[in-house]
Amino acid sequence: MKTQLGMPAFPEAAGRSTRDLRLRANLRHATGLIRERRAAAVAELADWERLRAAAAAVKDRTLRHLDHYLLRLEERVTAAGGTVHWAADAEEANRIVTGLVRATGEREVVKVKSMATQEIGLNEALARAGIRAYETDLAELIVQLADDTPSHLLVPAVHRNRGEIRDIFRERMGHWGRPAPKGLGDRPAELAEAARLHLREKFLRAKVAVSGANFMVAETGTLVVVESEGNGRMCLTLPETLISVVGIEKTVPTWQDLEIYLQLLPRSSTAERMNPYTSLWTGTTEGDGPRHFHLVLLDNGRTDTLADQVGRQALRCIRCSACLNVCPVYERAGGHAYGSPYPGPIGAILTPQLRGLASPLEESLPFASTLCGACYEVCPVAIDIPEVLLHLRARVAEGGEATLRGTRTVIRPARRHTLERTVMDAAAWALDRPGVLRRGQRLAARTRRLHPRRLPGPGRAWTESRELPEVPPESFRDWWARTRGGGR
Amino acid sequence: MRVALFVTCVNDTLRPRTGRATVAVLERLGVTVDFPMGQSCCGQPFLSTGYRGRTGPLVRRYLEAFGGYQHIVTPSASCAAMVREQFPRLAGETAAGVASRTFELTEFLVDVLGVTDVGAYFPYPVAYHPTCHGLRVLGLGNRPRRLLECVKGLELRELAGAEECCGFGGTFSVKNPAVSAAMGADKARAVTAAGASAVCAVDNSCLLHIGGTLARQGSAVRPVHLAEILASTEGEVW
Ligand code: SF4
Repeated sequence: MKTQLGMPAFPEAAGRSTRDLRLRANLRHATGLIRERRAAAVAELADWERLRAAAAAVKDRTLRHLDHYLLRLEERVTAAGGTVHWAADAEEANRIVTGLVRATGEREVVKVKSMATQEIGLNEALARAGIRAYETDLAELIVQLADDTPSHLLVPAVHRNRGEIRDIFRERMGHWGRPAPKGLGDRPAELAEAARLHLREKFLRAKVAVSGANFMVAETGTLVVVESEGNGRMCLTLPETLISVVGIEKTVPTWQDLEIYLQLLPRSSTAERMNPYTSLWTGTTEGDGPRHFHLVLLDNGRTDTLADQVGRQALRCIRCSACLNVCPVYERAGGHAYGSPYPGPIGAILTPQLRGLASPLEESLPFASTLCGACYEVCPVAIDIPEVLLHLRARVAEGGEATLRGTRTVIRPARRHTLERTVMDAAAWALDRPGVLRRGQRLAARTRRLHPRRLPGPGRAWTESRELPEVPPESFRDWWARTRGGGR
Repeated sequence: MRVALFVTCVNDTLRPRTGRATVAVLERLGVTVDFPMGQSCCGQPFLSTGYRGRTGPLVRRYLEAFGGYQHIVTPSASCAAMVREQFPRLAGETAAGVASRTFELTEFLVDVLGVTDVGAYFPYPVAYHPTCHGLRVLGLGNRPRRLLECVKGLELRELAGAEECCGFGGTFSVKNPAVSAAMGADKARAVTAAGASAVCAVDNSCLLHIGGTLARQGSAVRPVHLAEILASTEGEVW
């Protein structure tokens, strides 16, 4: 996965975001709106819980037999005139795509919004090969023009407001192609029109498109892209060559299975009953759409994740972003603090698994949650995110076995946690000895007048913003013993 | 009926009055309360910080202390959730029985005893904060509200964004202090805006965080555990 080198661990990055009042206001506004609308859209379906259970079950079954379904998919795509490539990691995927674009002789590609290509850093790899990749999703366009990184799965520029977007268009569009119209204002219609004019030029010129996919149907070799703007459809139909980079976990066995997800996804993500554009294609078709179709199947840590019995449920994710929108931590930390294209609760469990506990950032992600459970409650494929967080926390703090690049590996307890481990051991020791605990409580009670109001060291984190609880003169245990004579 | 009280380490050490209130309410309703002295911590802080391996002795200690009881009652939603949801995962079958016999206080009152009016009197406006583990893991639903609605003199105030986490999250408050504080500050502001003189919950760990934040903001609203409101009577207002 694309590692944003030198990324600070989550707490520091998130700490900075909490002080960015404009960012917080933008996020609060955007997530607050979508939260309510999602709840209403979901409430319309009486069988939501059953759909959700079916969605989880189908994904689980598919993942259990993924080898089988992937081979079937390959066979059907090939039979329909497409070419399938297998990429073990980001580097291999980038090499394949770069090679395919070079072979066409083109120097630019248009892109459909895709998480997988962000994950592997495809745009940067193409740029190194002298190929320009133009993002065509409106929000991705904003992010690209601003030389920024996305902060949300579905609304990559959720951290920007309209005024900021107008400024970005005015200043940057000219560098990338058709400049923004003179006197551009910040009304949504004006902004959309500016983007339309800018992008239209690219659609009409481009010979190669790069996309991801939301689903791949194994029984027919059909790929599915679900979107709101129609820009994706332009990319999928106008160019001569289409290259789709898709994570292997996006497979569903049949069209009947697909039906479940097409109900769950729009309601969970944009709170719509149905998304405006659903594009489906199977290989190539004579006289219609791209002449050449390449499917790059991306592993990049997915089979490692699949080897983990608790963690593998993260692979059910359909990237709806409902978990981000309800997450109180995401709302304050913003997407960038998660240091990956996958922010929010899903990012907190997916990134450390796809990349391994590669750096302090990945080690800090499983702790970027209060375990409040709001994400699990809304997740349309019922990923028990809090449970996976606990599982990954144990891997960081205590170490354990994990699969890395196909090999069983023993992970050692994180070094940054040494002091904490000592404290935890001492606490566990005392709590398992009620006599010791009781003496500790009495000592604290006797010295209560001396307790400082602000603590140094790690305790400072608490007293910076909160008063310390006062220690009572007598513990419950002592009160009981005094008034009830010992108890049992 | 005889029940065992699992007071929890936080209440035992920092909020013993919540334990005393729980005893008072249960005894008022004719329940005999035992306090097994061998009890300690449920292990939640260890599990949630990643020290799954350290929970073993504490889980065993709980099973030993409470194994003989038909009903175990605790005034903490997150500890009840730990026992009910996590013990069977940590200790398997042996823990399943005790886990299913462990009740958060409002569950015990409403479901087992079948009461919502416990004869309490608390003449203040109160805002109720449904804590995350009570709301989403235990599924307490409207049980706490139903109990509060029967308290004489009490005026229940609406809390904006009530179902949003307060930002405590155990060691989250120390590991991610900035986000925790930002969430706490928003919660405290909502509490103050509700115009209540007390904020009430079924978990003192959340209340220590909310109360500590309110105090730092200079607010006069005080954190009160639901058990203390239920224990309060005209003769003795808590
Ligand atoms: S984890 Fe669930 S809620 Fe979050 S993006 Fe994935 S499918 Fe949606």
